[in-house]
Amino acid sequence: MKTKKPNHFKKNYQVLVFLIPALVFVFVFSYIPMYGVLIAFQNYVPGDPIFSLQADWVGLYHFNAFINDFRFEQLMVNTFLISIFGFLIGFPLPILIAVLLNSMRNSKASKRLQTIFYAPHFISIIVLVGMLHLLFGEYGLINHLAIALGGAKYSYFLEADAFRPLFILSGNWQDFGWSAIIYLAALSGVDPTLHEAAVVDGASRFQRVLHIDLPAIFPTISILLILSIGNLMGVGYEKILLMQTGGNISVSEVISTYVYKTGLTGFPDFSYATAIGLFNALINVFLLIFANTMAKRFSENSLW
Amino acid sequence: MKLFQKKKTLFEAKGDKYYYFINNLIMGILAVIVIYPLYFIVIASVSNPDAVMNGEVLLYPIKFSLEGYQRLLGESQIWIGYRNTILYTTIGTALNIFVTIPAGWALSRKNLAHRKFIMWFFIVTMFFGGGLIPFYLLISSLDWIDSPLALIIPGAVSVWNVFMTKAFYESNIPEELLEAAKIDGANEYRTFLSIILPISKPIIAVMVLFYAVGHWNSYFNALIFIHSENLYPLQLVLRDILIIAEGVTGTGDPQTILEQQRIANMIKYSSIIVSSLPIIILYPFIQRFFEKGFLIGSFK
Repeated sequence: MKTKKPNHFKKNYQVLVFLIPALVFVFVFSYIPMYGVLIAFQNYVPGDPIFSLQADWVGLYHFNAFINDFRFEQLMVNTFLISIFGFLIGFPLPILIAVLLNSMRNSKASKRLQTIFYAPHFISIIVLVGMLHLLFGEYGLINHLAIALGGAKYSYFLEADAFRPLFILSGNWQDFGWSAIIYLAALSGVDPTLHEAAVVDGASRFQRVLHIDLPAIFPTISILLILSIGNLMGVGYEKILLMQTGGNISVSEVISTYVYKTGLTGFPDFSYATAIGLFNALINVFLLIFANTMAKRFSENSLW
Repeated sequence: MKLFQKKKTLFEAKGDKYYYFINNLIMGILAVIVIYPLYFIVIASVSNPDAVMNGEVLLYPIKFSLEGYQRLLGESQIWIGYRNTILYTTIGTALNIFVTIPAGWALSRKNLAHRKFIMWFFIVTMFFGGGLIPFYLLISSLDWIDSPLALIIPGAVSVWNVFMTKAFYESNIPEELLEAAKIDGANEYRTFLSIILPISKPIIAVMVLFYAVGHWNSYFNALIFIHSENLYPLQLVLRDILIIAEGVTGTGDPQTILEQQRIANMIKYSSIIVSSLPIIILYPFIQRFFEKGFLIGSFK
């Protein structure tokens, strides 16, 4: 059998055929738009040949315009605050849940709970925001309960103060269980003899969590931490657009929703919107590289 | 394993009782927080709409009524949306599987030519993209505005899913199997079709699930690309019912406004249930995969 070994190292060109469709789709729908960011440095007018190099080049004009936009500071702050509060709750929560689920005495109950906790992940954002309206709306359940308990009606969708908690906590509600999967996977790989030995030595379950379970998922935690830092300015538009009202726009307008509005609604300004989007994407890439470099310096866990 | 369980009870530390108690308590509270809102939608959808509006429905249906569902039957737009979404989901998912499974298989092969380059070609797109506007311009230059193609083709492959498929093959296909196929004279295509595909059922099932739920739930691409109402997917119709209607306050005397509110609210609960029905029906089947621990394994 040993003589067969070199076969493993021979480059296989036949299998490349299996990749052709995927490579074509990724090239067309990911790489061509990447090339398309060039319009951020042009004055693109609708109707111009798309992605042409013969356009009216304006250099960093649109980037300057954005930095001097009177909304600039507010957009940056809003994006950052939503992201950082979301991170402070949303990052540790799945770790805690995974550790607790993994250390339940009744493993059948643990499995059943996992099925329950994954369920909200499959709900669409439209339905989720619709549910928020039904529960927190003027005639919603929460307002009824508040009145019954002697409180007053509160317009959760019109008050700016309510936006961030509602947005972030509903996101946590939807995804804490699903995000725990990756930690549960890491925990399922822990060698049972470690636990056996610890039990014989008289360690309590809590001590075993601290000294066996947590160290076991530490590499996973670091990788996900790097990815989260890389996405610190990456608040998406899909859910925010559905939750925005005149009352909360002062805190709910973020970079991505602003890109959508300037680029695709009203009188679209393609170049300006692309420049804002690119500015945002570059911040994220920079943050990712920064986080990874830090991780490399201080631990063995890094993305590359 | 049996022995270990016995030992555990023998040597169980004193504080463990409290640990397990607190753990169960937290899990119990969380389960209620997750289940109750979903349960509430279900009971509200089959209760008398006035009872729901007055906040009487809390723990069980009040004055059982299917009025919300009856009203929904009359909303033709939701059935058009339903039909469109079924079409987009089926065709889109078929394309996804056709692209993703072979790609994941190829990437799992250690001796694939240019493997490193191809990996980076995919990875880069996970962290950097052209953004919304260049994507929009690309679709419009393909002349796919207001065409279902804009909802089906651009999302043909998700790099995350390709990597998950790759991970599945890496941990489930032993090298000896390929050796054996080679010795029997099967080429790569033959090996894939008659050996690999038949044992790929679990990963295909999971990919169908992920992609299909994605198609079923997506709304944003339709929002920016689809303008004809008869091409609207279900989620856009739902958006009109659940969210846009919320901002509209009717004119006229308070009584009419309240009546309008009542009707609007009535179909909200039932439309949530009806639109989520396929996922609710599929969920117990999906759950099998969670229990097998397969899904967990493929996330590693």
